[in-house]
Amino acid sequence: MKGRIHSIETFGAVDGPGIRTVFFMQGCPARCLYCHNPDSWNLDGGERDIDIDEIVHWAVRGMPYYGSKGGVTFSGGEPLMQGEFLIEAIKALHEKGINCAIDTSGTYIDAFSEPAIAECDLVLLDIKHPDPERFKIITAREQETLFDIIDVINGYDKHVWIRNVVVPDINDTEEDILALNEFIRRIKHVDKVELLGYHTMAVDKYGKLGITYRLKGVPAMNGDRLNELRKLVQLPSDAVSQVTIDTKTHEHR
Amino acid sequence: MRKEWEGFVQGSWTETVDVDEFIRLNYKPYDGDDTFLAGPTERTKECFEKVQELLVAERKAGGTLKVDSSRIMRINAFGPGYIVPGKDIIVGLQTDEPLKRGICPFGGIKMVREELAEYGESLPEEIDRIFDYVTTHNDGVFKAYSKEMKQVRHLGFITGLPDAYGRGRIIGDYRRAALYGIDYLIEEKKKDHEMIASRHVMSEENIRTAEEVFNQIEALKEVKKMAQQYGYDISGPAKDVKEAIQWTYFAYLAGIKEENGAAMSVGRTSTFIDIYAERDLANGVYTEEQIQEFIDDYILKLRVARHLRTNEYNELFGGDPMWITEGIGGVGMDGRHKVTKNSYRFLQTLYNLGPAPEPNLTVLWSEKLPEPFKRFCAKCSIDTDSIQYENDDKMRPTYGEDYSIACCVSAIQMGQQIQFFGARCNLAKILLLGLNGGIDERTGEHVGPQMEPVGDGPIDYEDAWRRFNIYLEWLMELYVNIMNIIHFMHDKYDFERSQFAFLNSELKRLMAFGVAGFSVAADSLSAIKYAKVYPIRDEIGVIVEFRTEGDFNKYGNDDDRVDNIAVAISERTIEELRKHPTYRNSVHTLSVLTITSNVMYGKKTGNTPDGRRAGTPFAPGANPMHERDKHGAIASLNSVSKIDWDTCQDGVSNTFSITPEALGKERESQIETLVGLLSGYFNRGAHHLNVNVLNRGLLEDAYENPEKYPNLTVRVSGYAVRFNALSKNHQKEVIARTFHQGV
Repeated sequence: MKGRIHSIETFGAVDGPGIRTVFFMQGCPARCLYCHNPDSWNLDGGERDIDIDEIVHWAVRGMPYYGSKGGVTFSGGEPLMQGEFLIEAIKALHEKGINCAIDTSGTYIDAFSEPAIAECDLVLLDIKHPDPERFKIITAREQETLFDIIDVINGYDKHVWIRNVVVPDINDTEEDILALNEFIRRIKHVDKVELLGYHTMAVDKYGKLGITYRLKGVPAMNGDRLNELRKLVQLPSDAVSQVTIDTKTHEHR
Repeated sequence: MRKEWEGFVQGSWTETVDVDEFIRLNYKPYDGDDTFLAGPTERTKECFEKVQELLVAERKAGGTLKVDSSRIMRINAFGPGYIVPGKDIIVGLQTDEPLKRGICPFGGIKMVREELAEYGESLPEEIDRIFDYVTTHNDGVFKAYSKEMKQVRHLGFITGLPDAYGRGRIIGDYRRAALYGIDYLIEEKKKDHEMIASRHVMSEENIRTAEEVFNQIEALKEVKKMAQQYGYDISGPAKDVKEAIQWTYFAYLAGIKEENGAAMSVGRTSTFIDIYAERDLANGVYTEEQIQEFIDDYILKLRVARHLRTNEYNELFGGDPMWITEGIGGVGMDGRHKVTKNSYRFLQTLYNLGPAPEPNLTVLWSEKLPEPFKRFCAKCSIDTDSIQYENDDKMRPTYGEDYSIACCVSAIQMGQQIQFFGARCNLAKILLLGLNGGIDERTGEHVGPQMEPVGDGPIDYEDAWRRFNIYLEWLMELYVNIMNIIHFMHDKYDFERSQFAFLNSELKRLMAFGVAGFSVAADSLSAIKYAKVYPIRDEIGVIVEFRTEGDFNKYGNDDDRVDNIAVAISERTIEELRKHPTYRNSVHTLSVLTITSNVMYGKKTGNTPDGRRAGTPFAPGANPMHERDKHGAIASLNSVSKIDWDTCQDGVSNTFSITPEALGKERESQIETLVGLLSGYFNRGAHHLNVNVLNRGLLEDAYENPEKYPNLTVRVSGYAVRFNALSKNHQKEVIARTFHQGV
């Protein structure tokens, strides 16, 4: 079985807990305004095909570095677009005792999404925006899919890290964060909420791909402002703490 | 028993010189964190300010503040000197003023003349005339060199030979001065001398050793005299922590007063000194603040040590380094780690006195180091970019628990071993020479065995590998012989009496060889194997360029296809070296370490099959070539970790730059990630890592606006430098290196 990848990063320290091997899967249905990987949109694009053995090979090479928290993250693109591959890959990685996270945008669901989420140890979930209209403006997709994904996550009691990109004038008000707090209460196990500042480093990529960059002129998110907003973040009440992450969930089922 | 030893656990160290045992019986492992540390005192701040002023003046003066050519540097050539008279608490300078440099002519009078000419000075006639009658090391070497030796030297097949100045890399066990006092050491040396000189067969080796020991005794007397000038009597053992630091430093200082070797490690002093600190703390003799102040002043002294160099030397070894390497941490043979409070205090100087390249603080990493210490080291790396890491678990089984690091990365057993070091051979040029059948690609000169060059291509891999090996075999024989000449002459004409005085009279010797252009050679062979490489010749038929069709695997991506070529190159090199007998039966060792000479080596090397253009710098040490490691930091580290330390026991150097953002979003997670990276890398059996945590943008800004960054320190290759002290070419190469940015 083959999957299509955009690229492999053997050292990821900002995509889930600990040090992780990150597989950027190719293909994404969303067209987020601030996407920094527009070259990962087209399902047929990307670097090359990869098989399960090679996924395992790369992940095993990282094992000395994972410690008790790290492992593998499937990011993208939207990894759930290759759900069938993900299921096989995660099963194979679990054979090696490697922790697996799926980093999803919540904009895609199909028959393989549920078993894929069921198989993984942690979900990194990008909320984009709590408001359905704003969600659509940012992603060019309907928010409904996100609710379906959350249902699956809750159905399997999966733990979640919320990741939200904060963009000036789009979702950088206090109200936006309070709305986010409210929104994520529907998720059973939120371990952490990360607000990521919008940056402009992807602008060149758009130029090279000949795609119009729609946030032209929007400045990078101010760091101090972002830190103020971070203080407003509230985890849903059942979360134990921001840093306690259950990493021992990959016993074979 | 000496009264200075009261409170210490006794052992055979009281009967014979055995610092290793003294430490083992008396040190106290510290498992706590950094909260006990003290900040700088007002006095420390004042002295540090003075040094800062001097450093600014030194930079404004073009890198050298003052030169004194009026006398030859000997232990007592200059009277006492101070940073702030009346305020120094650990005393002693090389000359009578901080940052003033003297002349060391016995390594080579020619170089001294060049040095002085560059500063618009000349030797006083009475000194100059001495060398009409006295042979220096440099004179001796060139009397013995063959034509071919000179040829491989000037074409750049072997570069950086210590044949014109002091060889360096000798580390005296300066702690002996503190533990035993000078008189006892003199008595022991006298006994050794009598024993050696009374042997039944006065072989060359015995005659030489007897003479050496005699000279060491002379040096010990001189060291005592130097201390007296500073108001100290060091004939007996040190009685407290302040004296232990002072005695140790005096012993070290004698060496750097009269020897200008490239690398002058101080050894492994922190845990030794901690034994005195713990005794004084327990007895209420000194407070934590006072002890930190002593350490700060000791380190400040090491920071102002200098040698006079030529521009040519600086082009090779950028940043005015002394390689005052100090090994910190590690683990004992009994499994107890050797981290003490003093391990923390030494690193704390990077905060009390700001980041700095010297001394070259080297953490001897082991899984068994206590977690709080690992985290503290990572914090220091993130904050200061001033420390490097070496794998104690790898070195300890071979060198025991009391080894030190000579120069950048090379372990030697303290007190019992020394290293004959010299230069690097250029692997990329060896490959080009093989393809050309014995014609130098840059000059068209015929050199080495002559054979038909390769055909029009695509070049066959087996043929290229065979050719590489033919020329490797030829050059390694020459290399060993050159080194034999150099060290024979150095022992004869510039014996480091004041450093050997603190070592056993009869020593084990290593002979350390080096390679450069490691990743370029591996990638070039990979290009030949996995792509199609066609040679392009100039009008007289010399291959000067290559056309490469198709893609190939590059070292630095954890890809065995090319990494195995790199491993094979290192193995073949040491095999060839070992075929040839060495001077004084030294043991051959090999390093993959370039210091900053990767820039110079690149300059002397033509276009290579991997696509590197003529004159472009090589990657430093065992690093993958700049920006060719495309799969992230771990793939890059994993590739380097395949180079087996057992093959390259002189060290496998990797310089690693990563942006703070890639390590994590918050400081705590950055620290945790760096600890994880180091643990993973060393658990894979890797040997050495220089860690820089910074952004390329910062270096670019420092390149344009040096005055904004007077103290910016970066690790380059086995050592650290002030970025501003590098030449513009070296700065550019450091900026061009891979910065792991994560995603």
